[in-house]
Amino acid sequence: MKSAPKQDRDDLAVVRSGKGAATFAAPSPRLPGWQRRDRRISFLFLVPALIFVLVFYVYPIAYNILMSVTRYTAKSFVTGEAPFVGLGNFQRLVNHPSFGTSVSNTIAFTLGSLFFQFTIGLAFALFFQRKFPLSGVFRALLLVPWLMPVIVSGAVWVRLLDMDYGVVNFVVRTLGLTSQPIAWLTDPHLAPISVLIANIWIGIPFNMVVLYGGLQAIPESLYEAAAIDGAGSWQRFRYISWPLLRPVSTVVLLLGLVYTLKVFDVIMAITRGGPANVSHTLNTFAYSLSFTTLDFGLGAAAGDVLMAVVLVFGLIYLRYAYGVERELTG
Amino acid sequence: MNTLGTTHLPNPTHRETRRRLKSLGWTLLAIILLGFMLFPLYWIINISLMHQTDILQYPPPFVPPQLTLDGYRSALTTAGEYIQVSLIYGLGTVIVTLLIAAPASYALAKIHTRLVSFMLFALILAQMAPGTVVANSLYAAFSRLGLLNSYLAVILADATIAVPFAIIVMRAFMVGIPRELFEAATVDGAGQWRIFRSIVLPLSRTAIITASLFSFLFGWGDFLFALTLNSDPHHTPITVGIYRFIGSFSVEWPSVMAIAVIASVPAVLLLVVAQRYIAAGITTGAIKE
Repeated sequence: MKSAPKQDRDDLAVVRSGKGAATFAAPSPRLPGWQRRDRRISFLFLVPALIFVLVFYVYPIAYNILMSVTRYTAKSFVTGEAPFVGLGNFQRLVNHPSFGTSVSNTIAFTLGSLFFQFTIGLAFALFFQRKFPLSGVFRALLLVPWLMPVIVSGAVWVRLLDMDYGVVNFVVRTLGLTSQPIAWLTDPHLAPISVLIANIWIGIPFNMVVLYGGLQAIPESLYEAAAIDGAGSWQRFRYISWPLLRPVSTVVLLLGLVYTLKVFDVIMAITRGGPANVSHTLNTFAYSLSFTTLDFGLGAAAGDVLMAVVLVFGLIYLRYAYGVERELTG
Repeated sequence: MNTLGTTHLPNPTHRETRRRLKSLGWTLLAIILLGFMLFPLYWIINISLMHQTDILQYPPPFVPPQLTLDGYRSALTTAGEYIQVSLIYGLGTVIVTLLIAAPASYALAKIHTRLVSFMLFALILAQMAPGTVVANSLYAAFSRLGLLNSYLAVILADATIAVPFAIIVMRAFMVGIPRELFEAATVDGAGQWRIFRSIVLPLSRTAIITASLFSFLFGWGDFLFALTLNSDPHHTPITVGIYRFIGSFSVEWPSVMAIAVIASVPAVLLLVVAQRYIAAGITTGAIKE
């Protein structure tokens, strides 16, 4: 990208004079004439993707906004009629008895997931920084929970958290922490926590892999120099790994934030938003409004709210990731 | 240490054994940590090999009291169709994603204009749109187009997750192909299509495999779109099947967990066969633009 401007002008002169063939091999930031025609053809390669983006992203998002200002019900699919109601759906949404719970659940669920996934993931990444036999195999094995269908993970947690025959209650009771079995899935106070536990478990591998990659990029010589200066392992972490990992940490947390806001499968597998709608996040709440209550307009309104939050953090992520990239490439 | 090697000959070997012992200690610790982290996976297998009656025991049996393959037998009869459907969704997602993403990645790798960065950003943002929003409006659109309850409806929706990821991974790779190759091919009279087909695609094998593996996993593991956009009972994938089973009144846990094992096979298989692609995919997708 950044060749000298003089070279640049030379190339162009050759191309203009029409005898450029010999210099084509020299990479140039400006496009010679044949490449400009080429570029037009290159755009043709983009056409399928552009159509896909328009039909499957732009249209659904726009249509969702449109649905959220109409009274869109199951009948609308048949008759094609959906009367305009302005902000009526949003008013109904805010007054819905489960809206407040869904919002506070979304916040607690997101913050809790991020905090534990990140700290445990980082601990694993630091652990695997040491070289020992089989560490590669172990790192690969740790990825399994993240790669298998989320519904499967949810299903096994239903079993593990079972009130009468679950392992979690067995451990808790054996340790003498409670005498009564805990109703992880049916107690309205505990159901959201159960979902959180399972989601933390699912997200740890992703954090570990990316943070491990970030740690690997830190030059070994820094640690060696610190060791010569007598730095202990905590000091090496505090003054080398942690500050140098910051860009990667930020990206992981921002991406994690966006993805946690969208979590759906775990919640559906474990509690389905229940009991009595107490474990919904905005995302599963939007789903249940649309596909269980068949109030598609109201579901679209909840979707709009979620989308707005995702958009804000998505833009922050892009700005940050893009800024980091620029910094790295100079 | 190496400069003084000859004068301290016994010391390094002594140190070597100590170092080796220490690293074995780390391996041991790793096994314990892994035991905790992967316990739920063990539990899936454990239950899948039990009799239904052994599920209802307290304390829960940590190994099957009586090994049986009944769970797998009933899984294969009830879930045979689910597996087929999941395969269709997985492979369909790979095909649709590659058809759209491969040419786009090439164009986005070649052209350097503001439009390209804009498109990449738009893709990343679009991919962040909550699935429920996409499902909500696609449900309305597909019902009007008569596409509801078709395989294609779910595959196209699954591709919305896979396409941005595939483009990011493949483009990052294709940017690294030396320009001189394209230029030499052009001099030899090759057109864009020819360059794409005979140079770019073969050279980008690694990236294409990575993108395909992830696209397959997206389609195979998708739950939301299959649940909302296709209610044909013969189009039920393995994920929706498991969801229905664990929601029923009395759950046949050994059979459900056997289905869960089968549902996890592709993920494990892909890890064994293609671990480096997967680690590469996660890091490119997350860190690089």
